[in-house]
Amino acid sequence: MTPNAKRKAVALISGGLDSMLAAKVIMEQGIDVHGVNFFTGFCVEGHTSAIRERHKIKPKRNNALWCAEQLGIPLHIIDISNEYKDIVLNPKHGYGQHLNPCLDCKIFMVNQASASAYAADHGFDFVVTGEVIGQRPKSQRREAMPVIARESGAGDRLLRPLCALNLEPTLPEREGWVDRARLFGFHGRDRKPQIELAKHFGFEDFAQPAGGCCFLTDKYYSAKFADLLRARGKRDYELDDIMLLKVGRHMRPTDRFKLIIGRDQGENKYLLGYQKRFLNLRMVSHEGPLTLIDGAPNDQDIELAMRIVARYSQGRNADQVEMKVTWPDRQERLVRVVPLTPTEIPDEWHV
Amino acid sequence: MNGMSKHSLDARGLLCPIPVIRAQELARTLTAGDLVELVATDPGVMHDVPAWCRVHGHDVITSKEQDDEYLIQFKIGTG
Ligand code: SF4
Repeated sequence: MTPNAKRKAVALISGGLDSMLAAKVIMEQGIDVHGVNFFTGFCVEGHTSAIRERHKIKPKRNNALWCAEQLGIPLHIIDISNEYKDIVLNPKHGYGQHLNPCLDCKIFMVNQASASAYAADHGFDFVVTGEVIGQRPKSQRREAMPVIARESGAGDRLLRPLCALNLEPTLPEREGWVDRARLFGFHGRDRKPQIELAKHFGFEDFAQPAGGCCFLTDKYYSAKFADLLRARGKRDYELDDIMLLKVGRHMRPTDRFKLIIGRDQGENKYLLGYQKRFLNLRMVSHEGPLTLIDGAPNDQDIELAMRIVARYSQGRNADQVEMKVTWPDRQERLVRVVPLTPTEIPDEWHV
Repeated sequence: MNGMSKHSLDARGLLCPIPVIRAQELARTLTAGDLVELVATDPGVMHDVPAWCRVHGHDVITSKEQDDEYLIQFKIGTG
């Protein structure tokens, strides 16, 4: 390549502000930037808001695509949901505050951006991320930076434009592909410099906070995920399992089964898509939720499940309600049960 | 005239961004001018697929909701 030929970079685009700014800073230096985004199965994206009715007024946009559109760059979305299992279940560097394996996750994503078939097809010269030293307690602390560069295999082809001035010069800087003087030295949790830079570039309506890219950083989601692994007795999951953790009221009266109760029409509609794979309960005599039962309940468990669901239906104060139980093999049965009273539902059942 | 072909993509039951990923995989095997008809059940596609098309230079021809399903027809661009 001649020294003046246009260099190519791949930027990790999470959908948050920092990665968008990092890509823009590098584009401003005449580099041909392509975006890459990863689907782990735990991503907080449009579908989550699309499911629940109460989010109807919010735009159902995919933030990574939105960022790419603002930047005017192509965005490649890579489905890593399969490979990601090993990262989330066995993180070499451990978890963050909840079940978020951020350090291992970053290493994997930078590796995919720099060494996957997609990267090989495009011949990128370097990788860009929106990391800022000290912004996150574990994955973005100073000592983590060289670990990510080393273990991802990207080495000094990994450039963090927002905090580059706090780090040793990388290959793109040393080679003069990018001008170090036009990079930044942001650090810590203060978001003001990013907001200022966003203003400078004319970005508005960007997604905040920067750390909201996945459900694993959510305390409640992580608790449901931990419950799933514990009750199954094995560290494994399917994509449907983790998608279903994003929807409904989850209740586990015993280790044998868990109820997933739709909380509104949007969730009921979403759960309908799974009705053929799960034992499910539907109200007949009153309005009420669609409920999936995950696990291997016995007959008493099913009756208990029905009485719980009745509590969340319009028939909660009725003497009895009628419900239809449908098994995955399509067998059906109509059953009448007495709704549980609020005091008969212990807090511990709520996952 | 080159042989423009028509392809259907069934993304029913899939949540965004998976329909977009499927569209991306299919688009890689197609050539400019080819038509794709995508059908999905996640309303998110009405936002995400057109956004993805704009980012990659594909043209959305029609998009509509019909019987709780979302139908989007787009033409592969030259990008
Ligand atoms: S928040 Fe989630 S997606 Fe983001 S680095 Fe951590 S584990 Fe990975």
